[in-house]
Amino acid sequence: MLFPMPAVADHVFKALADPTRRALFERLTRDGEQTVHALTLRAGISQPAVSKHLVILKRAKLVRHRHEGRENHYSARPQALAPLVDWMTLYGAFWQDRFDRLEDLLQRMDK
Amino acid sequence: MTNTAPTCSLVIEREMPHPPEKIWRALTQSSLIQEWLMANEFQPAVGHQFSFRATPVPGWNGIIDSKVLLVEPHTRLSYTWASMGLETVVIWTLTPTSAGTHLRMEQSGFPSEEGANYRGAKYGWNNFINKMEKVLGGLQ
Repeated sequence: MLFPMPAVADHVFKALADPTRRALFERLTRDGEQTVHALTLRAGISQPAVSKHLVILKRAKLVRHRHEGRENHYSARPQALAPLVDWMTLYGAFWQDRFDRLEDLLQRMDK
Repeated sequence: MTNTAPTCSLVIEREMPHPPEKIWRALTQSSLIQEWLMANEFQPAVGHQFSFRATPVPGWNGIIDSKVLLVEPHTRLSYTWASMGLETVVIWTLTPTSAGTHLRMEQSGFPSEEGANYRGAKYGWNNFINKMEKVLGGLQ
């Protein structure tokens, strides 16, 4: 079975479904806080496009931003990945349960 | 910027006091699969497309679309596992042991926290794996 995702996880999955956004998120996690300008230089897409992706990451609470001077500074909030990890744990529980059922079946096949 | 999707796998392993041939039947005969996994139209033929069907629940239609990727009798079996826009791959590996069979299930292709260096997530995983080891320990 595939577990229905809680609404909070939905934003996280949607945000990370896009490779450009994943790359932005990974970069912020790896390299720490960055300005939109710095992110754009390495992203290979326009600044408005980067900003648009950052808004989606922000909605999923995967990044936060602060305004300083004339620049927006973004940093990662990797703890926002928690729903994804919880969901994976559910999958583990699912397969453990199916392994139990498989063992029951194998016992019955003996008879 | 990298375009490769970071992914991670889920691995469940268990020793079973049954020969690989018998476990293979439970993994590949549609009516037997239904008894422990889900309703299905599985056929052990590479390229065969089928679905697993569970009772729909709010937010999930209960359908998993699959395609058989690999059939190595009594040894390895693999199929895709796709639902609600997320496609993963399930691979079963059977290894004969003196007491029966070591059965391993790996489901790969989940979006991952890898590359994010997420300590909380890693802690969560370690915690889960510890629990799993206890469960498995209890079975031996």
